Formats: sequence, structure tokens, C-alpha cells
Amino acid sequence: MFKKLTKSKMSGWDWAFVICNTIFLVLFCVVTLYPVLNTLAYSFTDGQEAILRNVHLLPKKFTTSAYSKVFGMQGFRRGLIVTVSRTFLASVLSLAANALLAFIISRKNFIFKRGLSLFWVITMYANGGLIPSVILMTKLHLTGTFWVYIIPGLVSAFNILVLRTYMSSLPDSYEESAQLDGAGHLTIFARIISPLCKPVYATVFLFVAVFHWNSWFDAMIYNRLKPQNTTLQYELQKLLSSLTQLNPSADSSGKVTDMTTEIQVRAAATIATMLPIICLYPFLQRYFVTGLTIGGVKE
Amino acid sequence: MSTIEKNAPTLKSKLNKAEIKRQSVLLIIAGLYVIYGIIFYYLPLFGWIMAFQNYKLKDGFFGSEFVGLKWFKFLFEDKTFIRILRNTLAMGVINLVATTVTAIGFAILLSEVRNMMGKKIVQTISYLPHFLSWIVVTSIVRDAFSLKGMINELLLNLKLIKEPISYFMHTKYFWPIVAISNVWKETGWNAIIYLATITAIDPSLYEAAAMDGAGRWQKIKNITLPGIRSTIIILLIMNIGNVINAGFEVQYLLGLGVLKPVSETIDIYVLNYGMANFSLGTAAGIFKTFVSMVLIFLFNFIAKKAGEERLF
Repeated sequence: MFKKLTKSKMSGWDWAFVICNTIFLVLFCVVTLYPVLNTLAYSFTDGQEAILRNVHLLPKKFTTSAYSKVFGMQGFRRGLIVTVSRTFLASVLSLAANALLAFIISRKNFIFKRGLSLFWVITMYANGGLIPSVILMTKLHLTGTFWVYIIPGLVSAFNILVLRTYMSSLPDSYEESAQLDGAGHLTIFARIISPLCKPVYATVFLFVAVFHWNSWFDAMIYNRLKPQNTTLQYELQKLLSSLTQLNPSADSSGKVTDMTTEIQVRAAATIATMLPIICLYPFLQRYFVTGLTIGGVKE
Repeated sequence: MSTIEKNAPTLKSKLNKAEIKRQSVLLIIAGLYVIYGIIFYYLPLFGWIMAFQNYKLKDGFFGSEFVGLKWFKFLFEDKTFIRILRNTLAMGVINLVATTVTAIGFAILLSEVRNMMGKKIVQTISYLPHFLSWIVVTSIVRDAFSLKGMINELLLNLKLIKEPISYFMHTKYFWPIVAISNVWKETGWNAIIYLATITAIDPSLYEAAAMDGAGRWQKIKNITLPGIRSTIIILLIMNIGNVINAGFEVQYLLGLGVLKPVSETIDIYVLNYGMANFSLGTAAGIFKTFVSMVLIFLFNFIAKKAGEERLF
């Protein structure tokens, strides 16, 4: 009886499992995607229709007025510029800084190899907390500047671990032959190791870039009083909370002179801030998958 | 024997001198990194001294009056802080359990899919929410759970409720909403490591089990789950310390008004009171680090005693 089942490969129970599993995974995708697509539909829906809260997957009375309104806001445009520059600068600088340190730590005969590793691993577990950091930033005159986003997080132990693990797994022979040719350490780093590390560099670049694109807390803490330095996500948060405070219930806002309503503007701002990353991440998928597996499963 | 012992140190120091010269560039750069690390990671630790002082900005670390454990005593006599501690731990545990269970479940179900194309599509979609900021996610959650939102719409259509529920007006819904937000955002992302571990399980084990007539469920129970067991335990130990970091962003962004008694966590407490009273804020921060260290070591110890995989 059992033998027959295994020979025919798929039993009735197996089919039932496959069907249930497929249904479940499709549902999973619907639950994940629907809220985002629904927001997208609202962002293109005409104001009067949006108030009825009757939009699902497709916009009603298609309009882009909400987007013109969002991009017409000075705060939003400024936040976009700050976030783009911060994300770009921080990703490039962090990657360079972490890679060079990881290179030093991964040299097999480096004198302070163990000590230097420990020095950075400790920072992963012990941190001063919010208040000492705020005081430090004030004392360093970083509060109220753009550089408070870039400098404090430049080197991070987690990224060093990921990079180091990858570099240690490279064969030594490349480096040895370069050394015989008289190449110095920095030449080896720039010319030999870095080209081999492209996949893991992409991973770290993605991690850092996503973190910076989405951050708002540091903007709130350090640059609340400097509107020229606030980030996109912080501006989004300001926009969302001011609108909710203006109109606690969506129904009472029926008498708007402008055809653009808060529901639309909120949806458009939300979509605008998430768009770049959503477009980018599917192409970088294999990089962050390898990166996570290297970093997560450490010896 | 003796000559070798005599020669060994001189040889070593000679080597060291040559090595130091050869590595001078690396040493200088490493030194710069250490200076950076001391300033940005170790100096804030020195700031812990504030927790034992009546710290005043104008008096500084050295001029402020020492008060011993006053602020720690204050924390534990403060009813607000006790309530906040309860919120933090409760949400921390609920989130940890919910996100771990869903990630493992999702990874197992996805690993059973044979159609590579479908698998890839589902996986790509599952990562999406991880890349959204909490600002965006809480805005979506707020809409979904609003009076005319999709959750009420769905439940009304399924005839599970008669009246729409205002979820953000009742404290009892808040913890589940936080857990659901976390699950929605991180399930696909957290499943990555489990999926990688499942993929690494020796396929011959499954073939052997199939020969013995094991069904799908038996294979999952007897091969897949034991195969990812050590990964589960390591990740649990790593994350258990974060129970005390139950989160800041969701609670801060969603837990407004009437929800404050159940939504405020230690991080919010530090933000609300610590910015006005540096000593109190630092004390609460130290307490947090202390609890997370204790939890990590405790669970590592339990895992060791139980003969399981452990972190260190």
C-alpha cells in the first residue's frame, strides 16, 4: 500500500497539501501587496471620490493633482534633497570606511587582529543610549548640521563582520602573488581585494542606503529646529500628523474648496517616499540574501 | 631545548619589529579607526556617569553632584515606569514569538514549493514591506484599521462583526496591532535565514524518508524542523536581548491619546522625560542595556545546559 503511494509520487494528501499551500501563499502575497496597491490607487483618485473611501485596486476619476500638491510643498522638496544627498554620501563613505577596516582585520598576520576585532564587537552590545549620544553630538557641534547624519554611523560593527567574513573566505594566493610583485597593503586592498568583493560591497551598500533613506528619528532629535536639514521621512511624518490633527474624521472634511483632499495627499506622499526603494530592491535581491546569510550565521 | 627557548623571544621581537615596519600603514589606519571608535562608541559609555549624578549641563561630568542610586530608586518607585516596563516586556515577548513563528512557518511552506518561478515571485513580494519605513507602515496600518478601513470592511463583509470597530479607541487592540504590524513588515525578511538553512539540508535525508514511506508532514517534523533547530536557537538567543527594545517607532507613531497607558515603552519614556532630566534618562538607558545583557547570558546558559547550540 505504502509502496504504491510512493511510486505514484503524488498521493491525494500531497495534492491537497500543494493546493492549500498555493492558496495560502497567494493569500500571503495579497495581504502584503493590497495595502500598498490600495494606497497607490488612492493617490491617483479624485478628491471627491476619495472621501467616499470606496477605492480598491483601481483609481476612480484618475488625477495626478495630489502629486503636484505634494511636490509643490517646499518642505517635501527640501526633505527629498537632504535625503538623497544623505543616502548617497553615507552609503559611499560608510562602504569605503567599513571595507578598509574589514580589510585590515581580515589580514591573517595583522599584529592587533584579535584586539581590534574585540574593540568593534563590544560596540555592538554596549552602547551609551540616547541621552549620552545627544550630549556628545552637542559637544561636537554636530547638532543642527547635516553631518550629524553621516559621521556618527560611519563605521558599524555589523557591516564590518559581514565584510570581514567575506574577505577571509577569499584565497590567499591572490594577495601573496601581489606581495611578491611588491604591491603595498593599500594597493592590494584597492586593486586585488575590492574587485573580488563586489557582491558583498553591494550588500553593505544596500543595507546602509535603505537605513538612510528611511531614517527620521535623528532628524527629529538633532535637526527639529533646522528645517533646511530635515529628512524626507520626517517631512512625511509631519505631513501625516498635521493632516490627522486637522481632520480627525475623514467625513467632516467634505467642504474642501480645493479638489485635493488629505486622503489623496497622504497616499501620494507615502507612495512618493517609498518608490525609489521599491523599484530598486528586486534587482539587488541576491546580494542581500547572501549578505544576510553571511552576517547572520557567524561562527 | 634550552637554546630554542632562549632564542625564541629574540626571534619573535625581531620578527615583530620587521612586521611593525611592514604593517606601519595598516597600524596607522587602524589607529585612526580606534580614535573614531573611542569618540563615537566609547565616550557615550562614559556618559553613564550621569545616571549617578544630579547632572547639570553647566556643571559638567566633573562638577555635578553625585547622588548614588537615587535615579534607579526613583525609577522603581515610579508607577509610570513600572507600567512602561510591563508594556515593553509584554510587547517585546509577543513580537518575538509572533515574528519567529510566522517566519519559520513561511520559510517551511515556501521551501515546499517546487515551481521555481512561483517561489521567486512570492519571495520577492515578501521582502517588500521590510524596505518601507515605519512612518509609511504605520500610516498604512492606521488606514487599514480605521473605521472605514479595509479590516472593518473585510470583517463586515464576512459577517464576523455587525458594527465597525474603532480599533484605536480601545487599549485592548493595541498590542495585537503592534504584533500584526511587525509580522506584516518582517515575515519575509526574517524567513531568509531559515530558508537558506532549509536549502542546505542534505536532500538524501528526504529521499531516504520517502523510501520509508514518510509523508510530507512527517518529513517536515522529522527532517526540516530538526535541521533548522540550531538556527532557531541561535537567532532566539540573539533576539532575546531585544525583548527590552520592544520598539520605539510603532508605539511612538501609533500609540497616541487614549492608547498611551498601553503603548509607551522605555524608549518613549527616555525621550519624554530624559531630554528634560538627563540623569533619569541615562539611568533608564543603563537599566535597558543591563536587562538585555542579562537575558542574552541567561538564555545562552540555558541553551548550554540543555545541550543545545549556543551563541558563545
